[in-house]
Amino acid sequence: MSYNINDNGYYGEFGGAYIPEMLYPNIEELRQNYLKITAESDFKEEFHQLLRDYVGRPSPLYLAKRLSEKYNTKIYLKREDLNHTGAHKINNTIGQILLAKRLGKTRIIAETGAGQHGVATATVCALMGIECVVYMGEIDIARQAPNVARMKMLGAKVVPALSGSRTLKDATNEAMRDWINNPVDTHYIVGSVVGPHPFPDMVARFQAVVSEEIKTQLLEKEGTENPDYLIACVGGGSNAAGTYYHYLDNEAVKIIAVEAAGKGIDSGESAATSVLGKEGIIHGSKTLLMQTNDGQITEPYSISAGLDYPGVGPMHANLYRTGRAEFIAITDDEAMTAGLELSQLEGIIPAIETSHALAVFEYKTFKPNDIIVVNLSGRGDKDLQNYIDYFGL
Amino acid sequence: MLNSFQYIIIKKEVELKRFPPLWAVNMNRINQKLEEDKKLLSIYFTAGYPNIDDTVSIIHNLENSGVDMIEIGLPFSDPLADGPTIQDSSTKALRNGMTSEVLFQQLKDIRSSVSIPLIIMGYFNPILQYGVEAFCKKCQDVGIDGLIIPDLPVDVYHLKYKSIFDSYGLINVFLITPQTSEERIRYIDSVSNGFIYMVSSASTTGATSGFGDVQTNYFKRIEDMHLKNPQIVGFGISNHDTFKQATQYAKGAIIGSAFIKYLTHKGVDNLERFIAPILAEN
Ligand SMILES: Cc1ncc(COP(=O)(O)O)c(C=O)c1O
Repeated sequence: MSYNINDNGYYGEFGGAYIPEMLYPNIEELRQNYLKITAESDFKEEFHQLLRDYVGRPSPLYLAKRLSEKYNTKIYLKREDLNHTGAHKINNTIGQILLAKRLGKTRIIAETGAGQHGVATATVCALMGIECVVYMGEIDIARQAPNVARMKMLGAKVVPALSGSRTLKDATNEAMRDWINNPVDTHYIVGSVVGPHPFPDMVARFQAVVSEEIKTQLLEKEGTENPDYLIACVGGGSNAAGTYYHYLDNEAVKIIAVEAAGKGIDSGESAATSVLGKEGIIHGSKTLLMQTNDGQITEPYSISAGLDYPGVGPMHANLYRTGRAEFIAITDDEAMTAGLELSQLEGIIPAIETSHALAVFEYKTFKPNDIIVVNLSGRGDKDLQNYIDYFGL
Repeated sequence: MLNSFQYIIIKKEVELKRFPPLWAVNMNRINQKLEEDKKLLSIYFTAGYPNIDDTVSIIHNLENSGVDMIEIGLPFSDPLADGPTIQDSSTKALRNGMTSEVLFQQLKDIRSSVSIPLIIMGYFNPILQYGVEAFCKKCQDVGIDGLIIPDLPVDVYHLKYKSIFDSYGLINVFLITPQTSEERIRYIDSVSNGFIYMVSSASTTGATSGFGDVQTNYFKRIEDMHLKNPQIVGFGISNHDTFKQATQYAKGAIIGSAFIKYLTHKGVDNLERFIAPILAEN
């Protein structure tokens, strides 16, 4: 059994492309071209050269000694926070901008939650000299102000999403509507492993550079490619997909996916999709999502804008359904505490999204000789004000 | 290229046309309406808007005003293909308490007084949660004739759901756009058994005003394909002129956002004041 995508664009029963006909030509163009173009040698060369010289890859695999000591196990941090623009998101935007150029697109749109994907998209658009429009929920614009300023500085237009919960889900709706209205010249750089096929697979493949590097780096440091556990936070699931990618079918490596419980699973203010969600369709994908009995998508909540999404990518829905991954839900408070702890134990201020993954060590006990790799998906600069307000620093 | 699976299905469709199954003899109201020798006006409104209990009276008023067909919008929280007007009406309708169950309850006696075709237009997730078969059965029970589900792609419909829709006598309507390839239009035509919803331009609902050469050329191009299903134009039709333009090349036209705006500003009575000028001869 494979946990990767099948020929029809599904992970088990999840995935597919449930899109209005207006989006069909765009999605079909991508579906027919993404594997072909990304396999071309000049594409691969340009992709890897930019990841190396522009993004700063490979990102270090850092043995976090003081953190490991505290939890009496062996913890490696995959330092995606050290990438240019401060998160894993840029791995994907580099890949998609190169693809968009080869498809002859002259205008880029994107959605963003925490603003990391918006910044990563604005960055590659500046790099290539392409027009960029980023949709961002009105609430997220307020809580991630530094990233809004960065996008503007990079020349992107930031459009507030005013509908629905005014967060990531609604920014995604607005981006899709823009694409419907601009079907010929525009490419939509989706920021996570969500949306209609082929987006989940395409984004996972671009993020797979993470697990590819973990394999070589771990072999060098530990004499084995295989950790005992991989841990990543899941909003849509792109940093997680990149972390798991080359290990998906290697069941000796255990997978932990961390969702945002917000104020608690039963509080009514949560984004823990695997627990609270049911099978359905969101943004063109059949997956698990939070919804009412009548099939209306509900408004999630998390302190972290990047995890504030009522669905998960179809790969993760399948990892949950099959039991391949263990899903853990971490509250706002647990995450914030873990973020402060990493700052003061290791001198690394993580993004609040990432802090959710780090909180697993309080939640679950590992063996002293376990080797654990956590995706340190982003740095906390964008969240400083939130941390400061939260802790009254 | 059609894959072999699609090819087999098309072949099968051709056979079915030659030897129609029994239910097809009992013609759906949509098919009957399409045979009338006139241009058809179809009106979309969102169920539960402006008030939760307006559904039935809006349907009555529309029929009495001379409308040929009605699309009842089942509101959805995340209507991807809709512009701000229909989004807002959907949000309000949901806040008013509209659900699939409430809508079916409101429509339960509708066929005792209404004879024009009624179509439910809604996104797939609420239908999936209701249960596709249960939903279809309810539609048949209350006298719904067809469905328009913009985010249920034709291939998935064909593979998984067509037999269910057929067994409850429901017509499923598919969209085409100016970007849809000729080959795909032919495929959609082969799967359809009512009409084809011709989206006037690359847009969400309510976006355009008036038609230019681009639309006219597109309407002509489709007319010249001589599809087996008639076409009804939607998106961007708001008044007498755009209705005339659209129906010059198509069997009918659908008005949505402009009608919702009318409801918002003028209320649910006197709907003939909106409809009559559209249907006026000149
Ligand atoms: C640092 C960081 N980590 C994680 C995420 C969550 O996204 P994903 O689940 O796609 O990795 C985000 C999203 O904005 C982010 O900025």
